[in-house]
Amino acid sequence: MHDPLLIGGREIKNRLFLGTGKFSSNRLIPKVVEASGAQVVTVALRRVDLDFEEENVATYVPGDCVLMPNTSGARNAREAVRIARLARAAGCGNWVKVEVISDNRYLLPDNYETLKATEILAAEGFVVLPYMSPDLMVAKAMVEAGAAAVMPLGSPIGSNRGLRTKELVRILIEEIPLPVIVDAGIGRPSEAAEAMEMGAAAVLVNTAIATAADPVAMGRAFGMAVAAGRTAHLSGLGEVRLCAEASSPLTGFLRSDE
Amino acid sequence: MLVLLNGRESDLPEGMTVADLIAQKNLRPGTLLVELNGELVKQDAWPDIVLKEEDRLEILRFVGGG
Repeated sequence: MHDPLLIGGREIKNRLFLGTGKFSSNRLIPKVVEASGAQVVTVALRRVDLDFEEENVATYVPGDCVLMPNTSGARNAREAVRIARLARAAGCGNWVKVEVISDNRYLLPDNYETLKATEILAAEGFVVLPYMSPDLMVAKAMVEAGAAAVMPLGSPIGSNRGLRTKELVRILIEEIPLPVIVDAGIGRPSEAAEAMEMGAAAVLVNTAIATAADPVAMGRAFGMAVAAGRTAHLSGLGEVRLCAEASSPLTGFLRSDE
Repeated sequence: MLVLLNGRESDLPEGMTVADLIAQKNLRPGTLLVELNGELVKQDAWPDIVLKEEDRLEILRFVGGG
């Protein structure tokens, strides 16, 4: 089935976006990319620890993937814009996941600063995917600001608690004329499938894959779940009913009055 | 010469270039981004840039993130 997701002029065939944090070894990343089929892969930018030898994770991301730097660490729009510009100048392409967080306990996004950064970066030609709390009015403002998609959270980052914001995400999917990508909190393949069944354009998964006992196999499971959920969405789910409706004919030959 | 290196005041020898510093810290150049006073500096310019008192230097790299 030809059903690409169009973002920033790119045709994305695989609707599982992969985060690269928390893997026990960077060497797992290309294996998970292959097993899951993910084409969009996020990375973060950090200061080098001058006392320890470290690796650059970007070298582990296969070259045909879209590298999507995030602006994690930014506490306001100005810092997010700075990170995005640096990443682009470093040859990372023009996609950016805007992530502005000033809350340390729940890591909830600051929608107001995220919106400001989105507006600035979109005007500079970035393909901007803002990570946000699923607020309809802010999502509408993101559309006006030039976002390429919106990325509401399912539950707090790294919590594996699933689609706790389901009703609000459903409203965004219905009302926002941009791809809605559920980011953060998805803990199981079934939750990824559920988001896709609802009409999410994609899901971004990191912790659930990276911290699984077998991340490569879990990557494959998420890839299958996302594809299944997408196919189910396109197929039109059957009606939900309160009472039973027989699947087999109830009339037959066992009673004389039938 | 005092330079603000990754947010910390560091005393570096006079005349040191960005490339010298990277070599002295045993960092692999291909994996790094260098920002000097708020501007990205490309790797081919590192040998030509002599650090000055009060420069703000950030040495960054891509790490795993979601």
